[in-house]
Amino acid sequence: MSAAAPIAAREVVELRELVKRFGSVTAVDHVSFSIHPGEIFGILGPNGSGKTTTIRMLCGLLRPSHGTALVAGADVAVEPERVKSRIGYMSQAFGLYRDLTVDENLAFYGGVYNLGPALAERLAWAKRVMRLDELGGRLSGVLSGGQKQRLALACAMMHAPEVVFLDEPTAGVDPAARRLFWTIIRERAAEGVTMIVTTHYMDEAERFDRLAFLSRGKLVALGSPTEVKQQFGSEGSLEDIFVALQERDA
Amino acid sequence: MNAERLRSMVKKEFVQMRRDPATLRLMLAVPVMQLLIFGFAIRTDVRHLPTVVFDQSRSQQSRAFVQSLTATDNFVLKRQVHSYAEALQAVDGGQARAAVVFPPDFARELKRGHTARVQVLVDASDPTASQSAIGAAQLVGQRTNVRLVAERTGALSQGLPVDVRVRPLYNPALKSAVFIVPGIIGMILSNILIVITALSIVRERETGTLEQLIVTPLARWEIMLGKIVPYVLVGYIQMTTVLLVGHLVFHVPVRGPLLALYGATFLFIVANLGLGLFISTLGRNQAQVTQTAFLFLLPNVLLSGFMFPREAMPAAARLFGLALPLTYYLQLIRGIVLKGNGLTELWPQALALAGFAVAFFAFATQRFSKTLE
Ligand SMILES: Nc1ncnc2c1ncn2[C@@H]1O[C@H](COP(=O)(O)OP(=O)(O)OP(=O)(O)O)[C@@H](O)[C@H]1O
Ligand SMILES: [Mg+2]
Repeated sequence: MSAAAPIAAREVVELRELVKRFGSVTAVDHVSFSIHPGEIFGILGPNGSGKTTTIRMLCGLLRPSHGTALVAGADVAVEPERVKSRIGYMSQAFGLYRDLTVDENLAFYGGVYNLGPALAERLAWAKRVMRLDELGGRLSGVLSGGQKQRLALACAMMHAPEVVFLDEPTAGVDPAARRLFWTIIRERAAEGVTMIVTTHYMDEAERFDRLAFLSRGKLVALGSPTEVKQQFGSEGSLEDIFVALQERDA
Repeated sequence: MNAERLRSMVKKEFVQMRRDPATLRLMLAVPVMQLLIFGFAIRTDVRHLPTVVFDQSRSQQSRAFVQSLTATDNFVLKRQVHSYAEALQAVDGGQARAAVVFPPDFARELKRGHTARVQVLVDASDPTASQSAIGAAQLVGQRTNVRLVAERTGALSQGLPVDVRVRPLYNPALKSAVFIVPGIIGMILSNILIVITALSIVRERETGTLEQLIVTPLARWEIMLGKIVPYVLVGYIQMTTVLLVGHLVFHVPVRGPLLALYGATFLFIVANLGLGLFISTLGRNQAQVTQTAFLFLLPNVLLSGFMFPREAMPAAARLFGLALPLTYYLQLIRGIVLKGNGLTELWPQALALAGFAVAFFAFATQRFSKTLE
């Protein structure tokens, strides 16, 4: 009879006192929070606040200096490879092969995730839902910013992961492409995939079910957009809070 | 072991290689160019030194001596000069590489039975060329002496007491291209393959594709193996081209079994690719890795036996050479190509190469990290 187990299993991501130090720099400083399945969860914060470092630890790419993180049921420090097979990750910088076509990149990641005979069907799915249908033969390097981002998300989701991490997916993308990208993120979340997204566009903050606000590696606010506003005092938008935090840190 | 993952990795590398035809062309053209340059330029059998003669004796004896010299093919008579200064000037100015000087009393001294002197000046700035010329001049001198002594004592009919005849084996014409071509195959394969693979992983790190790659379930050794498989093919193509051009242009024979040669080459290629991968795990960017790779390239040329015979090296250099795969491969390929040896004679070298291949690949995989630390 364990009452705790079902509750723990409910959380798809769980950070406990997570710390990452680079020499004397503490990039992530005792951060704890949980993410529920199917949520669109935001990690917000100014430049250098530790968003990328946090996500990299959650994806098994960096070893935590201290604390633990469970992702999709595995401890990132103990079983990083198990974590990697269960998640999707889209890095901040475009990380696909520019000299491969859209189809070749998709087929490569499909093969790497061992899709076998399901590959053709997944490839068609990815191009459909990511609005890449016309682009199969195009070299990835010559795609527009928005197309690149959608291809990166497609590659990260070829193996139908239950959690997907997106590090600043909408940075440097025009408003129309951003809106399309958010439509796609909401569609995936509606299918039950947990979408974890970092951004420093404050106008995107309202789109999250819940969000964590990082500043200089510390968690400074956590909850729904309305709750976060309340935590900083009701007056002012999230944008004001963001600017206030940045000025305080500067 | 997962066949699909590995296949995807290999296929991706092949597609990327195809998308970069400039590099591909370079990888195939450079070996042939290097072969032609080395084959034509480094000729350790340089002969035919242009020679001037300052003949003050103007005798039948002096002319006979010059003829004996030119008969060795080491000296080619350019012209007669009329003073010692002019002879020196010709060598100084580079019109001649050797000068032969006869004193006025050359014929007279010979007839009297005294020691007649002849001076041969050789431009020794190129040691290989001058050494063979010096050797030839001394030999001509000795032969002349023997003949004269025999004539005087009337001992000619009995023949010479000791007649040493050296017969060069395997490369009877002492053609250096024949000796150099197999060596060039080894050196080219080694240098090109080490640099290419050393750069391949670090390039992915620099362009940001490595982060996306190591977040997948690909095993470390699958990444490593995927990186080298296409280059095994490249290596084979390079080796075959150089051997073919060497055969057609420099008449290099292949006396031993081709199968043994290709088998040994496989081990050698993998050893170098493994070394390249290992080097690539030692640096964070292309500049660092290139520097590290060059650390191996110079010893490859100098200590492996490619340039200088290992027997003539000091113990420390010889020992260092034992740590280079190229050292063993040179023995293998020269043995097979020039001597017609097979693996019956050369299995220890093949075994060493197999050891290098496994060890370097294991080191590289061991050092490669699927994290960003
Ligand atoms: N590999 C590293 N070595 C040393 N310091 C690092 C490393 N990676 C990150 N840092 C430092 O850790 C801090 C947090 O960086 P991080 O990239 O996580 O911030 P971020 O919130 O993602 O910023 P941005 O919005 O610019 O992407 C910064 O001070 C950064 O300089
Ligand atoms: Mg970042």
